[in-house]
Amino acid sequence: MKHTVVAWMEDRPGVLTRVASLFRRRGFNIESLAVGHSETPGISRMTFVVDGDERMVDQAVKQLEKQIDVTRVEDVTDQPVVVRELALVRVRTDTQTRAEIMQIVDVYRAQIVDIALDSLIIQVVGAEDRIDSLIDLLGHYGIREMVRTGRVAITRGRATLHPTHAVNGAGKTNGRKMGI
Amino acid sequence: MERTGAQIVWETILREGVDVVFGYPGGAILPTYDAMPAYPVRHVLVRHEQAAVHMAEGWARATGKVGVCMTTSGPGATNLVTGLANAMMDSIPVVAITGQVASNLLGGDAFQETDVTGVTLPVTKYNYLVTHIDELPEAMAEAFYIARSGRPGPVVVDICKDVQNAKIDWTYPETLSRPGLHKALRQEPSAVLKASELINQASRPLILAGHGVQMGKAEAELIELAERAQIPVVTTLLGLGNIPEQHPLALGMGGMHGEAATNHAVQECDVLIAVGMRFDDRVTGRLDRFAPKAKVIHFELDPSEVGKNVRPTVTVLGDCKQTLGALLPGIQPATHGQWLETIRGWQATTHQVDIADQEVDELIPPFVMRQLWHATKGECTVVTDVGQHQMWEAQYFTHLRPGQLITSGGLGTMGFGLPAAVGAKLGKPNELIWAIVGDGGFQQTLQELGTIVQENVAVKIGIINNGFLGMVRQWQQFFYEKRYAGTPMLSPDYMKLADAYGIPALRVTANDEVYPAIQRANAHDGPFLVEFQVKEEVNVYPMVAPGGAVGDMIRRPGPAIVQGYSGVQPSW
Ligand SMILES: Cc1ncc(C[n+]2csc(CCOP(=O)(O)OP(=O)(O)O)c2C)c(N)n1
Ligand SMILES: [Mg+2]
Repeated sequence: MKHTVVAWMEDRPGVLTRVASLFRRRGFNIESLAVGHSETPGISRMTFVVDGDERMVDQAVKQLEKQIDVTRVEDVTDQPVVVRELALVRVRTDTQTRAEIMQIVDVYRAQIVDIALDSLIIQVVGAEDRIDSLIDLLGHYGIREMVRTGRVAITRGRATLHPTHAVNGAGKTNGRKMGI
Repeated sequence: MERTGAQIVWETILREGVDVVFGYPGGAILPTYDAMPAYPVRHVLVRHEQAAVHMAEGWARATGKVGVCMTTSGPGATNLVTGLANAMMDSIPVVAITGQVASNLLGGDAFQETDVTGVTLPVTKYNYLVTHIDELPEAMAEAFYIARSGRPGPVVVDICKDVQNAKIDWTYPETLSRPGLHKALRQEPSAVLKASELINQASRPLILAGHGVQMGKAEAELIELAERAQIPVVTTLLGLGNIPEQHPLALGMGGMHGEAATNHAVQECDVLIAVGMRFDDRVTGRLDRFAPKAKVIHFELDPSEVGKNVRPTVTVLGDCKQTLGALLPGIQPATHGQWLETIRGWQATTHQVDIADQEVDELIPPFVMRQLWHATKGECTVVTDVGQHQMWEAQYFTHLRPGQLITSGGLGTMGFGLPAAVGAKLGKPNELIWAIVGDGGFQQTLQELGTIVQENVAVKIGIINNGFLGMVRQWQQFFYEKRYAGTPMLSPDYMKLADAYGIPALRVTANDEVYPAIQRANAHDGPFLVEFQVKEEVNVYPMVAPGGAVGDMIRRPGPAIVQGYSGVQPSW
């Protein structure tokens, strides 16, 4: 089963290798990975998707929590989350297909971000299945190039994943839930 | 105070109460070596870096402090990998300082440049590549903190050569502020209460105690729990000595080479109280048939060990001295007479012949272990290597206190024994230390005889020479129809070898020579080597076949082969 895991970690060299290594060791493939700043300076937030059996993922998540650089980990697979991905797709066009493609883009609430004589760059943001289906359609016209960011996730409403990092002050755990 | 990087290394080491460093110099660590003579630290020059880390491990196990080793870049650092992996598996606090090429050369394949943080990442609890002097004070202080806190483990600090020379205004960082260093455990509030309820309701309870009990110094709490509710205690290999093995409730080691009665107790218990152990496959055997009748309570410090192999009914997270302490008031006194009686019945089937009283014509290793106990009255620390002799030591030496056995458990590292014994002796100079090693494992690190002589380390070395990589030969006998491929092993003349190093030595070939030889070694003021030329094809019994259930054992075939009971409840 596919798991979406969110992890917060210190922004330091080697952190990515550590995370990747925990999955590599088990022969897991990380299907997607998105890293960037979180709301706390010095703390990066990583969303990744792995496919593996429940017990193995659970174990990997626990080992991830143990890493010194990692401040918190949450498997959000079964939580109410907003999940988004961004894709940029360069599609082959000509005078005949351009209007048709623009209509499709409209329906998908995607955007055209670049126009050339023989191609368009389309930007689409959404859940993966929506992106997949758009890409499917665009495939009929010929996709020349494509890039996807990988999934990012944030929980809805009340249950917001909000780590209270003890960036200042030694020894304070500030009520963080995860341990060791 | 202005300090160079090299000085910061030494001053941090001293602040940790470490006064012995095991190392081997080279170009990239030279600035740090150059600063060393100004500090009250004893440097032990090893003959191979693998031994430096094993010595640091032995020292750490003997003292309870963080062991330190130091090497140069490239090959010096890569030679540490086995020892780091060993420390990782057995949760031994070690800090390894490695020199690295100058920071401006990083990534360019300079002479003796190896990506040491990359190579050691999976075998360390944490590691640092220090490329700037500003990072060094925290890195050094954190390294020690990480190595000894929580579940201990090895930490590598890889320091670029220019950083060792660079200067900075230094004060020791008294508080470490990185968030990941101070994580709280997510304890279920009612865990202790639930645990005590399960234990109070049990009719066949059993304790399975591991290395965590020793590391947490929780033996007193463990024994109190066992005695109050009359719960028998099985230990893991690294848990031997958690309860004195002469104690009526002590059942000795369980698992692959556990006594039959001990393993039956595991399979028949209805509540299994696992303390500071991680359900290694050598302990559980086939998982889906492990302790099938038991509800499991797991006392554990490391949440990632919970549910990894065995799903507990109740999990009590935390330092086991505290959690057991919190549990005790809720434990009702009990006798469990019938359960203990049943176990004694099983024990009777293994107690047929005690080799200590038995006339045995040929010299066999279990006899040596028993005699080692007699000749020392158990007043010694044994450091073993890996193999049959290690299992015989576990079975036939009666461990009376925690830490009395230092051995390589999780990684099973041959070559560990001799250097670890050196480390242990330097950590506990007044303790009698016996290195019990096989002919195979001894030959993996025997170069350290040179270190022993140069540093005059008074370890006693007992080589159990059976002419084979005995444990592997045993598997070949049982599972590969005696095709002894690659296991017969030639040894040098150990008397000449010892002589070449100037170490006094004895060769023992008969039973009646064992005791006096051990006594001679003990009486000698300095290192001493005894070669026990033992009968070759002797097996360790009982044995759970790999992948088998712990209840299904290959039992001792009969008095004609090697007999002897478990070392549980000695009769002498
Ligand atoms: C470094 C290393 N290589 C290989 C092994 C596999 N192995 C386990 S026990 C053993 C035999 C050990 O032989 P010896 O040291 O003579 O001890 P004995 O079993 O004969 O007592 C071997 C090769 C190991 N544990 N460690
Ligand atoms: Mg041997």
